[in-house]
Amino acid sequence: MTLKAKDKERIVNLLGRKPTPTEEAMFDVMWSEHCSYRSSKKFLKLLPTKGNRVVQGPGENAGIVKLNEKWYLAMKMESHNHPSAVEPYQGAATGVGGIIRDILAMGARPVALMDSLWFGDYSEQKTQYYLNGVVSGIADYGNCIGVPVVGGEAVFLPPYRDNPLVNVMCIGIMQSEQMLKSAAKGEGNLVVLVGSKTGRDGIGGAAFASEELSDESEEKRPSVQVGDPFTEKLLIEACLEAASTKKVVAMQDLGAAGLTSSLSEMASKGNCGIEIELSRVPLREEGMKPEEIMISESQERMALIVKPEDYNEVKEIFERWGIDCTVIGKVTKERRFVIKSQNSIVADLDPKHLTESVPPYEGAIKRPNPKRVNVSFYNANKGIPELLKDPNFADKDYIYEQYDHMVGVNTVLPIGIGASLMRLKETETDIGISIAIAGENSSERAVKRAYRAIIASGAEPIAITDCLNFGNPEYPEIYGEFAYLVEELASTCKQLSVPVISGNVSFYNETNEEAIPPTVVVGMVGILHDIKDAKRPILKGRDNSIVAITIKDTKDELCAKEVILSSLDNIVSMGYNGRAGILLSLTKAAIKGDIGVIIVTSPIEDAAYWLEVKDIAKWKSTVNKKLRWSIIGKTTTDRYIQIKGQGQIDIGEKRNVEG
Amino acid sequence: MKFGVVVFPGSTCEKDCYYALKETLKQQVRYIWHTETHISDIDCIVLPGGFSYGDYLRAGAISAQSPVMKEVKAFANDGNLVIGICNGFQILLESGLLPGAMGINRSLKFTCKMQRLVVENTDTPFTHTLKKGEILNIPIAHKEGNYYIPQEGLNKLRRNEQIVFRYYGENPNGSVDNIAGIVNESRNVFGLMPHPERAISPLLGSTDGIKVWKSVIEWKAGR
Repeated sequence: MTLKAKDKERIVNLLGRKPTPTEEAMFDVMWSEHCSYRSSKKFLKLLPTKGNRVVQGPGENAGIVKLNEKWYLAMKMESHNHPSAVEPYQGAATGVGGIIRDILAMGARPVALMDSLWFGDYSEQKTQYYLNGVVSGIADYGNCIGVPVVGGEAVFLPPYRDNPLVNVMCIGIMQSEQMLKSAAKGEGNLVVLVGSKTGRDGIGGAAFASEELSDESEEKRPSVQVGDPFTEKLLIEACLEAASTKKVVAMQDLGAAGLTSSLSEMASKGNCGIEIELSRVPLREEGMKPEEIMISESQERMALIVKPEDYNEVKEIFERWGIDCTVIGKVTKERRFVIKSQNSIVADLDPKHLTESVPPYEGAIKRPNPKRVNVSFYNANKGIPELLKDPNFADKDYIYEQYDHMVGVNTVLPIGIGASLMRLKETETDIGISIAIAGENSSERAVKRAYRAIIASGAEPIAITDCLNFGNPEYPEIYGEFAYLVEELASTCKQLSVPVISGNVSFYNETNEEAIPPTVVVGMVGILHDIKDAKRPILKGRDNSIVAITIKDTKDELCAKEVILSSLDNIVSMGYNGRAGILLSLTKAAIKGDIGVIIVTSPIEDAAYWLEVKDIAKWKSTVNKKLRWSIIGKTTTDRYIQIKGQGQIDIGEKRNVEG
Repeated sequence: MKFGVVVFPGSTCEKDCYYALKETLKQQVRYIWHTETHISDIDCIVLPGGFSYGDYLRAGAISAQSPVMKEVKAFANDGNLVIGICNGFQILLESGLLPGAMGINRSLKFTCKMQRLVVENTDTPFTHTLKKGEILNIPIAHKEGNYYIPQEGLNKLRRNEQIVFRYYGENPNGSVDNIAGIVNESRNVFGLMPHPERAISPLLGSTDGIKVWKSVIEWKAGR
């Protein structure tokens, strides 16, 4: 139990009596940091969430933006750090399962996953254990459900040795009229539970995620859920088929805090009541107590609200897919969440007491140590040949190849270089999306890196989802880091006019009192009106000019965007400064494209983009005068990369990652 | 020509096959549900890739026992065309329509990448428009693609010229004799690990998959 004495007092005041054991267990998980966002809520309000394309901002299972009049895109990122630290394979696998169901709950078909993975030093044995477990967990789950992992990043730095980060983003698409929400509606409508049976797995997972890790955390393995991707696949198909009949009033996934959180949120959002009978919940094991059923985090379950007259039609769909479908209760008028077990009431309370009455955390805040938030922790002060072998900057094909990144025939190949591109066959148009994920110890750098990746693919950035990973907020320094980086995230997104439509906060990333550095991971989506206009950071032609664009402030940033997106017909290929400068990006572009390049100026300060330009005379005559740019070299007819001060690199040379 | 794409619980590539056949090849196509027992409107049955029944027990083992497979066997025994891709190939092996078995990849890892193949046999409905020795780029995506058949069986495959595709360059999974795809003795049942439905556009990295589908369509048109 994690409830503090003050919270317990407040619960007694709210209820006007002592809570029942079931109610106490429900408060315990719902008021945990993981479910309630009690430390982060007031800061997250600062984020810009509105925009022309935004249909649904934060507050639902996922954010939604408009691609065109007919098609919507759903997007969300989530962490599964704690479970992955204790059991990397299942922890990462169920992280994928959970984020998929968030997208599914909106009525959208999941079409892409991306991950941001953070481990300790590459050469450490523990890192290899985590890396193998996490990657195969994501691969086995994602591959089995047929949702492609289309890219991501893997970072290897000592502070993440005992507290790896697993952040997974999912993108879904739907026709506009198929969008669903989670608010329960309609007195007398049925509350339907679909999917796996409920067991004792994952009990207290939300509370576990709201504590620091220690050497004893291995004992928390029972708090880690176990995934069944086969059931998830059937659940996806059945839920989407049910949604397409328009007979589903509301849908919600069962994630952290299981039935407690799903149903209390559905009732709170609908401003109505829900009454359920626990003996109807299909169980995996005997003798489960009411509170265990209510907070179990068994995977692959969803809750639906269905009108009684439509129930048979909906049930038939789930039965055809071999998925359990059970009425466990009904929607009531008065805002009361009533839980019965064998007809006797075990909980009876206002659902908003669980979802909204949590007292916000009012801890002390200390402004952050600039070293932890301002100085990049990537050491890129190496020559290009060394960087190509450095695990942080080397190609990650050894990871991507374990993911079925092509299923769905939407993924533009190759992946793993620049933003990931997809043309969406489902939309029956040439529309494409560009997706980038970027993690930094600075919100500004994370947002700008993702932003530049999207622009360099020729796309217009339209929305952001984020995952904020921090240590224990009860320490003023860490709470200060959080406040500072959320403010920075808000101001950067405002300057660039990209709304944040969903996100996730993960605190307590500490092991044996050693906190991870603040880690802001940003996922961004851009739109390509015609996928054929997309650009890759892969050199294409010979004797083309290489132009560098330098950026010092927001004005430059916006000017570069405008120039690039209006000159796509003259740009053959382009790339951006990832974490180690444009020269590394150019080198990789030469290797992938099998085209030689000669760079005559080096180093290039503040360079943000490089462009392979076809007609340099036209570029000169049309370019906006305010843009800071220079010609730094050209593509050649041989197979060498020659960079001033770096010597000569043979394109055909084989390179292995060296930790 | 009308194709039927079987949907098993856990198939993941049925929509991709449907899309390739309908939108890229402009053919008629419908889904066949795994419980169907009477199929009379189809010229070629496709068993798609994926993780039918979650690959539980053994890849393809449970699907091989599903109601539709009885019908697929009868359909094949009548000389009609059947293509099993990836998990579909595994199902064909498990149901005895093709000889041999699949083991886990030598790397013990799932591998998804563009793969070069060499065309070994053009005397089949699936490859008659290709050239012997031609190199194709068609992606693979599997964890259990390490094809195995005992020496005697392998000799028979060679003798009867049942080996259709071999991996070219590095063998990605350890399969015996670099085998990527085989036909049955009567050459109407084709199993292959690579995914021709994924190689249908330059954006997807290759258009070589179209050549395989076109071969089937032209063969049918020539009957």
